[in-house]
Amino acid sequence: MSTLDRSNQKNSATQPSSGRFWNDPDKRALFFQVLLVLGLAAFFLYIINNTLSNLEQRGITTGFAFLDVEAGFGILQSLIPYTETDSYGRTFLVGLLNTVLVSLMGIVAATFLGFFLGVGRLSKNWLIAKICTVYIEIFRNIPLLLQIFFWYFAVLRTLPSPRQSIEFLGSFINVRGIYMPEPIGTDGFNYVWIAFFLGIVATWLLKRWADKRQDDTGQDFPTLYAGLGLIIGLPFVVFLIMGMPLEIEQPALKGFNFVGGMVLIPELMALWLALTIYTAAFIAEIVRGGILSVPNGQLEAASALGLPRARTLRFIILPQALRVIIPPLTSQYLNLTKNSSLATAIGYPDLVSVFAGTTLNQTGQAIEVIFMTMAVYLTLSILTSIFMNWYNSRKALIER
Amino acid sequence: MMKTSLITAAILTVSFAGHAMAEGTLDAVKARGVVQCGVTTGLAGFSNPDEKGNWNGLDVDLCRAVAAAALGDASKVKYIPLTAKERFTALQSGEIDVLSRNTTWTQTRDTQLGLNFAGVNYYDGQGFMVAKSLGVKSATELDGAAFCIQAGTTTELNLADYFRQNGMTYSPVVFDTSDQTAKGFDAGRCDVLTSDQSQLYAIRIKLEKPDAAMVLPEVISKEPLGPVVRQGDDQWFNVVKWTHNAMLNAEELGITSENADEMLKSSNPNVRRLLGLEGPKGTGLGLNDDWAYQIVKQVGNYGEAFENNVGANSPLKVSRGINALWTNGGLQYAPPMR
Repeated sequence: MSTLDRSNQKNSATQPSSGRFWNDPDKRALFFQVLLVLGLAAFFLYIINNTLSNLEQRGITTGFAFLDVEAGFGILQSLIPYTETDSYGRTFLVGLLNTVLVSLMGIVAATFLGFFLGVGRLSKNWLIAKICTVYIEIFRNIPLLLQIFFWYFAVLRTLPSPRQSIEFLGSFINVRGIYMPEPIGTDGFNYVWIAFFLGIVATWLLKRWADKRQDDTGQDFPTLYAGLGLIIGLPFVVFLIMGMPLEIEQPALKGFNFVGGMVLIPELMALWLALTIYTAAFIAEIVRGGILSVPNGQLEAASALGLPRARTLRFIILPQALRVIIPPLTSQYLNLTKNSSLATAIGYPDLVSVFAGTTLNQTGQAIEVIFMTMAVYLTLSILTSIFMNWYNSRKALIER
Repeated sequence: MMKTSLITAAILTVSFAGHAMAEGTLDAVKARGVVQCGVTTGLAGFSNPDEKGNWNGLDVDLCRAVAAAALGDASKVKYIPLTAKERFTALQSGEIDVLSRNTTWTQTRDTQLGLNFAGVNYYDGQGFMVAKSLGVKSATELDGAAFCIQAGTTTELNLADYFRQNGMTYSPVVFDTSDQTAKGFDAGRCDVLTSDQSQLYAIRIKLEKPDAAMVLPEVISKEPLGPVVRQGDDQWFNVVKWTHNAMLNAEELGITSENADEMLKSSNPNVRRLLGLEGPKGTGLGLNDDWAYQIVKQVGNYGEAFENNVGANSPLKVSRGINALWTNGGLQYAPPMR
């Protein structure tokens, strides 16, 4: 509307004087925008140029060639094969994956815990509501770094040495971590994976069909149980048919420590615990706010229709609450990912500790390394954001 | 976090700084009236603040000696505590004038970081500290052990080399500061704490139970530690290099902080040249003629600094060993002052 108005005005006002481009608001706006872009470009060119000439003047090596150089140091935990002879570029990947791992673990756990706490704080049970309130007020008001230190040293101090490990369901718990038996798939185990993914696809198709049928006929279909059957049952049947192609590697005490099996290192446990507990307190408040935002009339209407409580929550409250919950929840996910960089304080080998720490120091190429590290956090955050925005647009109220 | 912001700030300095650095560091120090010296965040014997917040240690004495030479007053030093990770960036960006922070001289550091090493004020080597209860007598028995290490040090690389060479495995637990490394060892997170031997002794006296830990005999690397300056400022490079040389020569000639005034009357030409009574004096360095006299008078010679901070007069009780003067069978040898 406004542009239309303006162009009408312009036509009537500028026709007589014609010329003098600065009297034309559109051209003037364009001029200033071009000026701003040019100014910014010149600023960044100057900065980059100045940096490069300063670095050269001081004899500091620049460029990304260092990524191919042999790293020569060890890393405590790696999701991909890594040895000291791998390159600095590989240390970047190792650090990146460790950051992604703890972030994902934290996001999943914090969401569940936060959800229960948020609902719990609204509970009619006085004790549950108060416990949740106290939890939230304590943990969101203590700095995260202190919590990380607390959990790290609390975990370390209570656990026994490797030789006095606590044995629990075939796992061994000691100060070096939790050592668990590792299932290793042998020949034919790939078919189990294929069955698993087929099960997921089939469940998705089934859900679409069931929804459509319910829309058309009003008949309900037990999608949940059918889906579980497909996702768990189908791979299990394939597993039995293939003759159980699975070996279990037991951890065994050898020399200083346990060898074999899977290990969950205490640094990861402490960081995961601290990030989860801290972020869950914030998520709980977001969930509570979301639920409270649903008008009471909706609840009353649902019970007037005779919907049971569970269904009221699932079909009436949650879809409306989620619209309020998702945007701030996204921010919490981003916070958690960025907070995971505090790992460096307790020696968890995340991106900041491995790449922006050891690699930076061994190569001395601070600008390149910090630039890459910042780019990673930016990319991770934007990806999370894009996913959550997509999810939000699906949950948003569709106005007709 | 603090360290990240420090590195970021340093990068910004490199990005925005014009050619102000073209001005010599010595002139900048004289104009400022204080030497900015990068030290550790606390390592007994080398650079450690006491209860009153006064810094002392072998590396700190080098800072004080530089201040005595450049400004005539050993107390005109501003100490900037740095972690191993921050140190080179802080020097590159001009935040400090000299880095005196038990830093190992290596080819990469000397040639690719835009830095110069101005000498070696402590010859060290990497060693291992273990709990006595572990019953380990030699490093060759450490296959599969967990190691507490400080991030961003040559220690990380040497450890990997040593285990690769001997076909053994290890798991590294990397901490940010020397203090956190010691805490990790105390809490039992690792079997072994590895670092330069001098540091092991310094860390050991800070442990909860120092007597329960022991240092293994093996030394697995060469760690020549020394002061570092920015490349491309030869005048300042010379000042730091000759400050260290003057301390060594003073010990060799028997000049101490106590007898420096008497020595002014000496007829030994070597002594007279060091004290600035004859010879090259301070002109070539851009310093006062009595620069070396001020160093010895206010800080002492190398032997005094060694014994007071890490040697017999200190809790560390480190013997001179290879850090003795060449005349006593050690490696410390300074070019003559003439």
